[in-house]
Amino acid sequence: MDGLLSFLDMGGYAAFVWPCFALAAVLMTWVFVGSHRELKQRERRMAQLRALSPRRRRGDAGEETAS
Amino acid sequence: MVGGAFGALVARDLRLALRQRGDALTVVLFFVLTAALFPFGLGPEPNLLARIAPGIVWVTALLAVLLSLERLFLADYEDGTLELLAQAPLPLEAVVLAKVLAHWLTSGLPVLAAAPLIGLLYGLPAEGYGVLLAAMALGTPSLSLIGAIGAAVALGARRGGVLVPLLVLPLYVPVLIFGVSAIDTRLQGFEGDASLLLLGAILAAALPLAAFAAAAALRQAVE
Amino acid sequence: MSRAATTVGESRSLHRFANPARFVRIADAVYPWALAGMAVSFLIGLYLALFASPADYQQGDTVRIMYVHVPAAWMALFVYATMAAGSASYLIWRHPLGVVAAKAAAPVGAVFTFLALATGSLWGKPMWGTWWVWDARLTSVLILFFLYLGYIALMNAFENAERGQKAASLLCLVGVVNLPIIKFSVDWWNTLHQPASVSRIGTPAIHESMLWPLGLMALAFTLYFLVVLITRMKSELLGARLRALGAAAAEGR
Repeated sequence: MDGLLSFLDMGGYAAFVWPCFALAAVLMTWVFVGSHRELKQRERRMAQLRALSPRRRRGDAGEETAS
Repeated sequence: MVGGAFGALVARDLRLALRQRGDALTVVLFFVLTAALFPFGLGPEPNLLARIAPGIVWVTALLAVLLSLERLFLADYEDGTLELLAQAPLPLEAVVLAKVLAHWLTSGLPVLAAAPLIGLLYGLPAEGYGVLLAAMALGTPSLSLIGAIGAAVALGARRGGVLVPLLVLPLYVPVLIFGVSAIDTRLQGFEGDASLLLLGAILAAALPLAAFAAAAALRQAVE
Repeated sequence: MSRAATTVGESRSLHRFANPARFVRIADAVYPWALAGMAVSFLIGLYLALFASPADYQQGDTVRIMYVHVPAAWMALFVYATMAAGSASYLIWRHPLGVVAAKAAAPVGAVFTFLALATGSLWGKPMWGTWWVWDARLTSVLILFFLYLGYIALMNAFENAERGQKAASLLCLVGVVNLPIIKFSVDWWNTLHQPASVSRIGTPAIHESMLWPLGLMALAFTLYFLVVLITRMKSELLGARLRALGAAAAEGR
């Protein structure tokens, strides 16, 4: 218990050390989760579009504008 | 031939700037007014004002030059002149340099001419004026050149007016630092300081860099 | 004429975007390994950084901030270098993946830069006694942060996505040419105005026991960047494809 407390205390510098690690964790998690969520969202949207128009399954923008 | 076209372009830009009378005057007024504001914020203590004079002159000069950057290519872009210039035999790099020269003549040079006045208001010691003028003569063209890159890449962007300072100001830091340190070291009694040389080196490097980068950006803009 | 030409040109370039099958294949193969490596190196690195490394004899436990601050500062530079390489390959060889990588990397780099600034400030408070000191290194990182913000702002400032990509790539290259000059000038400025009674942190004489946690945290940060970069690039490619499909659908109607 004492060991844990002294660990959390960081030699009296707890107010500086822990915010650093916390800030890093929060920001990096935010970017990580945000990026993955956006990718998943777009993958889902793409799947929806394909389901809507099976004809376009292999087609892409180039063919569409050419026609 | 190329020289003639270059000169014609500079003359045209100067005529345009003079016709919208007082573009250059506005820049100088902005410069003097902004510099005159600081004593109100800092108090009129002569020692303090003399010490911060080089920094104030440079920061306000930088802002004044920034003020007129947005319109550097904008009018030509909007009325289609730029597309014609891009197809003209004169290389676009030379067009950029001509426009930058015209910009400097209507912003950097007037600011340079007004700088001793600010020095006077701030009680800059007598030995500072020569080096102040030399530093500004070497530094303000770099401001126009670097600014031209920012103005060119932001051409046609939304909120271009706010965008250009955001892009350009970080790149102005070296000019500001060496410009101020040239004056400061002279005031502290040192001769032969390297700051002026470094300002010259920045100018020499900015000349080709700005010409190529801004011309590339203009090509993208009219493409 | 120009309008028709640009739409065809656009959809053609987007067409190239839409088929980066090879990139996606490689990225999908690398991804699980990078993710696993990131998790492992974070676990060991954090364990060493927080538990198993000694406190510095001068700075005490604040030295542990270094294990976040220094890798973040490294990454701030590394990501900008990555962006510059991507921008160059896009502008010179018209490699579309280059700008996709640069665009995807920019916000991550900005976050690393902010993290380096914030942790530097949190480190400076107990060491210097103030939250911010105009120290040469912190000042350079601050300017780097502004360069990131400028890039992101320019990238998103155009109606036409391709214009934004080209303009921002150009700006990135101009920035990378300027970075050494800025760094040099800030160092110059700092020695000119040597702060009087400030004890400089500098890097504490790095003891061997600090090398391992530092190296592992740096590795973890790099792999984190790789993982997020892959994700964001795939997302960016999908986004371009969705935009192209949307435009095509609108045109077909």
